[in-house]
Amino acid sequence: MAVESAQLETYLETFTDLAKETAQETPPWLRDLRDRAFARFCEVGFPTTRDEDWRFTNIAAVARTSFRLPRDNRDRLPQTDLAAWRMEGAAAQLAFVDGRFMPQLSSVGALPAGVTVSSLHDEIVRGTPLIAEHLGRYLDIDRDPFSALNTAYIEDGAYVHVRSGIVLERPIHLLFIGTGGESPAMTHPRNLIIVEEEAQASILEDYVSIGAETPALSNAATELVAGNNGNVIHTMIEREHLSSFNFSTLRIEQARTANVASHSVLLGGALVRNNVHPVLNGEGGECLINGLFVGSGRQHLDNYMLVEHAKPHCASRQFYNGILDGHSHGVFHGRIIVHRDAQKTDAKQTNRNLLLSDDAQIDTKPQLEIYADDVKCTHGATIGQIEENALFYLRSRGIGESDARRLLLQAFAGECLDRMKPGAARDYAEAAIRARLLIPGEDASTDHRSEGGPGRRWEEVG
Amino acid sequence: MSLLEIKNLHVRASGHEILKGIDLAVNAGEVHSIMGPNGSGKSTLAQVLSRRESYEVTGGEILLDGKDLLAMKPDQAACEGVFMAFQYPVEIPGIGNAYFMRTALNAIRKYRGHDELDAIDFLPLFREKLKLLEMDEKMMSRSVNEGFSGGEKKRNEILQMAVLEPRLAILDETDSGLDIDAMRIVAHGVNAMRSPDRAMIVVTHYQRLLNYIVPDFVHVLVDGRIVRSGGAELAHELESRGYGWVEAEARQVAPASA
Repeated sequence: MAVESAQLETYLETFTDLAKETAQETPPWLRDLRDRAFARFCEVGFPTTRDEDWRFTNIAAVARTSFRLPRDNRDRLPQTDLAAWRMEGAAAQLAFVDGRFMPQLSSVGALPAGVTVSSLHDEIVRGTPLIAEHLGRYLDIDRDPFSALNTAYIEDGAYVHVRSGIVLERPIHLLFIGTGGESPAMTHPRNLIIVEEEAQASILEDYVSIGAETPALSNAATELVAGNNGNVIHTMIEREHLSSFNFSTLRIEQARTANVASHSVLLGGALVRNNVHPVLNGEGGECLINGLFVGSGRQHLDNYMLVEHAKPHCASRQFYNGILDGHSHGVFHGRIIVHRDAQKTDAKQTNRNLLLSDDAQIDTKPQLEIYADDVKCTHGATIGQIEENALFYLRSRGIGESDARRLLLQAFAGECLDRMKPGAARDYAEAAIRARLLIPGEDASTDHRSEGGPGRRWEEVG
Repeated sequence: MSLLEIKNLHVRASGHEILKGIDLAVNAGEVHSIMGPNGSGKSTLAQVLSRRESYEVTGGEILLDGKDLLAMKPDQAACEGVFMAFQYPVEIPGIGNAYFMRTALNAIRKYRGHDELDAIDFLPLFREKLKLLEMDEKMMSRSVNEGFSGGEKKRNEILQMAVLEPRLAILDETDSGLDIDAMRIVAHGVNAMRSPDRAMIVVTHYQRLLNYIVPDFVHVLVDGRIVRSGGAELAHELESRGYGWVEAEARQVAPASA
């Protein structure tokens, strides 16, 4: 779809303004990258449902809205207490407001030598060589217009660098706060994560909104590079307002025997598209792509995976659980490409869904493209309802109907949590999921007792 | 007032009349056994008492301590003191046994206006009950019934009963599929819970369990009606003579009362 002319004008204007405004600090290579990306976006425009990769997700609402870069909000710090979004046990928290790094709201404690956690913008200005080497090298602007758009507007985001052999056990928390101005705003956070050979890190991207429920476009992209035998956990939580459009791409580049886990937890947003695109580009690599999406109302949550096996003896595992209520619509599109050299590939994908209402909908689509002859690829999907037998069993022990339903949903969501390594990041994700499941569904029956307050604690005894 | 009064209960399920006028009064402190051949309506009676909604009550009433049980949802009935040990306990992956029990106990305590127990208060209580049922402490953190053997599931039912301390306990064919050791353990757990404040209904096809849980009264259910009531000795009579003779008797009586 060509970008509608009114909107194209806005994009052109904002792009030109940004280029002018940042002309001084932008190195030539980045200017070129942005220009190429913008040209690509203008050329292809937004995707339509006629594109195979976008068959189940109509983004017309995004295409016809004029979004502006929230330049004027830049210095307007949120007065809101960020306590709700502090992660206990994090090594560092970087806060971004409307896409820009806010040192006042961030805290970077004592990090081990060899670990850098900072703003991408600052590193670009500083001329850090690794940025020029890696930024834009992995994300494919030709494949996805949103990636092109993100690249055209590269300005800020997180930069994480962990040198060879350094183990950073505590997670790095990246908090992206949308403030919801008076008119529709767009942000294009861009993150670069480099975890070198034998190094280890855990990064959590957290998308939240405060303020007015104005339509907002959050279009993030992360390039994650895992060196030989590196070990990286990446967690993404989307819990923005129900007026938000959230697009994100995680592009993972894995070297030899690198082990990467990607956990996506989609809870908020009106229209959400989460792309996870690992390329297993060294022998013996392992990738876990784990996800949970919880939709209600008219939420649309699209999970798009493109797993590329480029070298032999790599294993990938995709596990996604979906819970859909109301008129919500979920998508699981799991594409696996096994390239010719990738013999002994072991790829598996599983998508399990609970539909809580008659109007909720799930489209699940496995797509295998195999060009090697000695591989093992399996996929499976299930769609079910809450089991009446289990519900009755819980209720027969005195647990009210809505609590019993919630317990069963928590158990189902727990499958996703069980696949995360125990620790601060999982605890944080668990709290976000628990809070989401406490929001009553539209079909929730009333208990015979008037239940006060939120439910009880959910931890395990013993 | 009896703890439980069932008056002229008629129940339909899937278009068939299953219970055709049950009258039964159970007092606190008593253990009643409901026996009968397959398809006689024993389990239906247990299910209706625990308020499973797939059964349609077409007539009669059930009073629990004078309250209308048929107006209660399953969770409310449980909070009022009804507990049924399931014939086929349900596996619930992802919910830990101890967490489940504490949630249930706290729901009941809250309903009755008592303070909820936190994990630290609950643990010793739960451990004590595990011991009563000779169950391993590992059972605490395992998912409810998931991967349990048949015997473990039945023991887990009695464990739940011991934790929740119901006013009316219904055992629905708890003996089916149990070996003699598991049966002794289950019976020991049940007997430990006999009390002047509690009533029990033991639903069974076989007399064997009643050697261990000796009932005060035995009722024989045939084709949706109680056709004979007596003491524990009636169970022995059924054991030696089978159900044929009561069924034959029922057939003679039925046309007259129909």
